Amino acid sequence: MCSSFFLTHLPRKPGHVMSKITGAEAIIKCLQEEGVDLIFGYPGGAVIELYDELLKSPIRHILVRHEQGAVHAADGYARASGKVGVALLTSGPGATNGVTAIATAYSDSIPVVVLTGQVPRALIGNDAFQEVDIVGITRPCTKHNYLVNDPKDLVPTLREAFYLAAAGRPGPVLVDLPKDIIAATIDYPEKKPVKMPTYQPNTTPHPRQVERACRAILQAKRPVLYVGGGVILSNSNEEVTWLARRLSIPVTMTLMGLGGFPGTDPLSLGMLGMHGTYAANMAVAKSDLLIAVGSRFDDRVTGRLDAFAPEAKIIHIDIDPSSISKNVSVDIPIVADCKLALAAINNWFNNLQDFSESAMHEQLGPWLAQVREWQQAYPLGYIDDEEVIKPQYVIEKLQELTNGQAIITTEVGQNQMWAAQFYRFDHPRRLLTSGGLGTMGYGLPAAIGAQLAFPEATVIDIAGDGSIQMNIQELATAKESGAPVKVAILNNSFLGMVRQWQELFYKRHYAATTMDFSPDFVTLASAYQAVGLRAKTKAEVVPVIKEALATDNVVIMDFVISREERVFPMVPAGKATTEMLLV
Amino acid sequence: MKHTLTILLRNKPGALSRVTGLFSGRNFNIESLCVAETLDPELSCLTLVTKGDAAIIEQITKQLHKLIDVVTLSDISEGEYVEREMVLIRVKADGQSRAEVLRIIDIFRGKVVDVSPNSYALEITGPESKIDAVLDILRPIGIKEIVRTGKIAMKRAPKK
Repeated sequence: MCSSFFLTHLPRKPGHVMSKITGAEAIIKCLQEEGVDLIFGYPGGAVIELYDELLKSPIRHILVRHEQGAVHAADGYARASGKVGVALLTSGPGATNGVTAIATAYSDSIPVVVLTGQVPRALIGNDAFQEVDIVGITRPCTKHNYLVNDPKDLVPTLREAFYLAAAGRPGPVLVDLPKDIIAATIDYPEKKPVKMPTYQPNTTPHPRQVERACRAILQAKRPVLYVGGGVILSNSNEEVTWLARRLSIPVTMTLMGLGGFPGTDPLSLGMLGMHGTYAANMAVAKSDLLIAVGSRFDDRVTGRLDAFAPEAKIIHIDIDPSSISKNVSVDIPIVADCKLALAAINNWFNNLQDFSESAMHEQLGPWLAQVREWQQAYPLGYIDDEEVIKPQYVIEKLQELTNGQAIITTEVGQNQMWAAQFYRFDHPRRLLTSGGLGTMGYGLPAAIGAQLAFPEATVIDIAGDGSIQMNIQELATAKESGAPVKVAILNNSFLGMVRQWQELFYKRHYAATTMDFSPDFVTLASAYQAVGLRAKTKAEVVPVIKEALATDNVVIMDFVISREERVFPMVPAGKATTEMLLV
Repeated sequence: MKHTLTILLRNKPGALSRVTGLFSGRNFNIESLCVAETLDPELSCLTLVTKGDAAIIEQITKQLHKLIDVVTLSDISEGEYVEREMVLIRVKADGQSRAEVLRIIDIFRGKVVDVSPNSYALEITGPESKIDAVLDILRPIGIKEIVRTGKIAMKRAPKK
């Protein structure tokens, strides 16, 4: 007995030593291999083993106060940094609480890996405690998802998840981890590049399509660049800027594309669509060539489809073939990574003999003059007041006092649109906003994620009094994690955007949009040991912002704004984008 | 217009629900669906019949392509193909109709697979139009129950 005991414990030859480790150890090791140094999460029974391992690892864990906040924070981290964000949730309600945030990331193509605990395999399907079919629930709102059913699949699955989240058109990937898989003993497979024969997005543009696009650009008399979130995701702002400036092409951006081209550049028309600028919507409507880059012709952009860019030939660069000709029929599709496609286009013009910038500028002269006329006729504006605070004024001052360098997150509604209109973003990854899904409650946790990615940056959540209350519990996360985010509440005691629709289209029936009661946000801030500041008059705005920016703490700025301020221009739903309400 | 899609799918848990979920989630239409393993046990073959104009079919195929578990996909109704469907029909067969049913089934090259004193269960294979024709003929005699498989299809080999 004795001898056999020793025999079984004889070390094997070095070459044959398999590194037997637990599933939990393997997950942490794999996360480190993927370069993860920060995880947002919330523990629970199904993932307790993994948390035990996480405690020993150098990976920093940020404990949120609600799982939705974890995934939004991971999303904010990803948008700000360009890296894959990671969230860790427990089974059942932990996982379902994350769903809204997963759908948010899915709608905006944000690379996030969400790890969820699951009941042990033997209990799956048994309606066990805290069991839910999260793979089934998130199937339509993830790029892909997995239930790890075999310990040997654990590490390869995690690697695939990270690869898929970031490759091609990015998106959230969920990996559901049964408790017994986390506890299992496994052989840790060596790291090797992920190969997925069934997922090979086309990243390089077809040279013939590039040539066709370039020739169309050369001949255009009224071109417009229509830039979307794909430009931010693919880091191709420099390529866009080069192309626009070299060829004198006016640029309009979607909400997700803001910062893809400098907002203060004379060629910038600002945002287009429902709350876009007059110049942007007119330019698109009258253009003869629309160059769509990483944008997807969303209904908030196009308005009534048959009236969208009716005179334009359309070039569409997108990595996702299903985006092309989905809503608007495209003449010259280029399925590719925006960065590579734009580089190829720029290169084509660089190599074009007798191409002259000045000749191109001259060719577009009348068009640029027309565009300038539109810009001057109806610039973005508002009727200022000497006493009452106008929300647009607050945004302008926020931009001014941060030199346009802050990372801005937003909630959803009027606050979001004013931020998009009046904070003119010159850089990519500085506006983090839930564009596709429109998730109220996004801004605060996303700001925490962005702040932790860039501890030195000024991060401001532009919020409304309604939406801030959707995830206000994350103030505790901000405090605990040392993320001194600033929250600027544009407080009108209304759910402002819906109220605006009710005012304009529902005979001022303010059904359920009057928020007569909200907490005192200044007192609330102090309850969280944060700093609360309030401005009730225009004169108080700048001092409040200055004090907030100088404070190394979480700050809530409560701006009591003109109650029934509206976001203009506005294209009523279902109307052509030229049918703007301007004041 | 009807389109027949042949989809090669990774044989993974949940793969089929990704396909069907895509159809329901995006408001596309499934007329029929047939799934079984292929020669390669890691892959399943789906034959899916759907309906829609060119733009819808384009979206359907592009969206299906995006699914990680979809290996290949072709709209085989764009070219020459063979299609088959099988139906099991329980038809009333008593007295005078007993012989009549047998004559009909003979014409359609079907088989009787179950017999009872007052009914026959019939098996018939063929393209959809043939199945529809048999059902039309048998209906006046009295069809009690049918089970159809949905269509399977295969591209014809190139003629050279």
